[in-house]
Amino acid sequence: MAEMTIRDALNAALREEILRDENVFIMGEEVAEYDGAYKVTRGLWKEFGDKRVVDTPITELGFAAVGVGAAMAGLRPVVEFMTWNFSILAADQIINHAAKMYYMSGGQFNVPIVFRGPNGSAYQVSSQHSQAFEAFYANFPGLKVVMPSTAADAKGLLKSAIRDNNPVLFLEQETMYGLKGEVSEDPDFTIPLGLADVKREGSDCTIVARSFTVPQALKAAEIMQSEFDVSVEVVDPRTIKPLDIETIVASVKKTNRLVIAEESHAFASVGAEISHQVMEFAFDYLDAPIKRISTVEAPMPYARNLEIAALPSVEKIVAAIKEVCYL
Amino acid sequence: MFSKEHGFFGGHGIVGGQIGVGTGMAFAQKYKGTDNVTLCFFGEAAVNQGIFHESLNMAQLWKLPCIYICENNKYGMGTSQARAMSTSDIASKAEGYNMAGEFVDGMDVMAVREATLRAVERARKDGSPTLLEIRAYRYMGHSMSDPGKYRTSEEIKKYQERDPILLFQESLKEAKVFTDKDFEEFTAKATAEVDAAVKFADESPFPDESALFTDIYAD
Repeated sequence: MAEMTIRDALNAALREEILRDENVFIMGEEVAEYDGAYKVTRGLWKEFGDKRVVDTPITELGFAAVGVGAAMAGLRPVVEFMTWNFSILAADQIINHAAKMYYMSGGQFNVPIVFRGPNGSAYQVSSQHSQAFEAFYANFPGLKVVMPSTAADAKGLLKSAIRDNNPVLFLEQETMYGLKGEVSEDPDFTIPLGLADVKREGSDCTIVARSFTVPQALKAAEIMQSEFDVSVEVVDPRTIKPLDIETIVASVKKTNRLVIAEESHAFASVGAEISHQVMEFAFDYLDAPIKRISTVEAPMPYARNLEIAALPSVEKIVAAIKEVCYL
Repeated sequence: MFSKEHGFFGGHGIVGGQIGVGTGMAFAQKYKGTDNVTLCFFGEAAVNQGIFHESLNMAQLWKLPCIYICENNKYGMGTSQARAMSTSDIASKAEGYNMAGEFVDGMDVMAVREATLRAVERARKDGSPTLLEIRAYRYMGHSMSDPGKYRTSEEIKKYQERDPILLFQESLKEAKVFTDKDFEEFTAKATAEVDAAVKFADESPFPDESALFTDIYAD
């Protein structure tokens, strides 16, 4: 085990998989010579060269398509979007092509590709650089969607994503790249996709959080314990699709209360989906209506005070827990 | 519309989407060090999509063995090229990417063959891509719901007189390679093959409902 940042854990996963499989290569804007816009690919071009670490022009639709074609022809591309906001330019290739190819070809051509990059807000990058895309992409059969919140999860899940035989969308979070955690250095360490993780055990209320909101939920849980003697369980689905609803439902059946915290607009969000499924599978166990904390229904503003007001926070999550606990 | 066995990668429903996917296949061919090349087909209307330009730029930049074959049949669905494109010359768009481009008479079978061979050789020699504009024509509508009101029957007739199969037959007869009797046999054989395929399709059962959920995710 070694302590490392999420950034370095992702870097280690990429490096190990490049070494493990000659068909794995990385492609994207600034991933090679510049070492990556967020330094996730730092050092890889120097170590592996132009063949395995490919700088692309600013041409998101184009290089996403090259990735899809290369994957159909037997390679395992890891395509970096400098942010997921730019993936909208490539959505045709992700949704119409990568997600559909295995089905449309009658099982002849699968697309083992990873699209990855930071999702959600950063610090004052405003409306066109602060959006969360998990609900959008998770709506389409054929895609898998992964969102790690710790360094260990980042490494183990990215390795699984690269080894997966399907298109996997790997959504990181820019403000979390520097978060540190203990990570296995075993090159065979992986975390299976589709498996939730209980980040903190508790008995009075469940919070389902992912990515950006996981550290917030853990902090809120501490506050609830120390100030209100409320025991909060924090469940991180880690994979949005396929969703491990069983772990979430089991937690709700134990605590009878649910708060969902997400860095995403509320309308038709992943939280809305989880809320529906909990209603379907654990309706009789709920002692209070499910409460959601989401990004407000407005484009992200530039001003820092407004950005903070728009996003989920520890305070908002604490307030939601108190509400479902009738405190 | 896919066949792994024959290296046939579709069969796609988004105009131009396959241009980028084909570029990726050429990328894989180069990556693996094979001497294979990718033949990527599309219509002239796809040239107006961004993916065409993004793909040609990358293919020339990275020297990918991709041959872009634009079948210019003059109409994108019901809109003529003249009403949709600022220039009538597609082959020259290759110049914008420092790529080799060639105009080919699509009604001339041997001209198409020779231009394709030149492009394949170029791709194998130094991985250079090529844009071929093959001028052809579409006799039928874009789809079953196309009444074809955007063109005259005289125009269609004019092109039918230069039908590539007809012209090729004439040249083969002139060269005494085949006789009328040979062509009758070929036609009968081809017709029987198509009839058998139609019969097979008509007589095949609809898929079982379980097929709805097969091949969504690979293991």
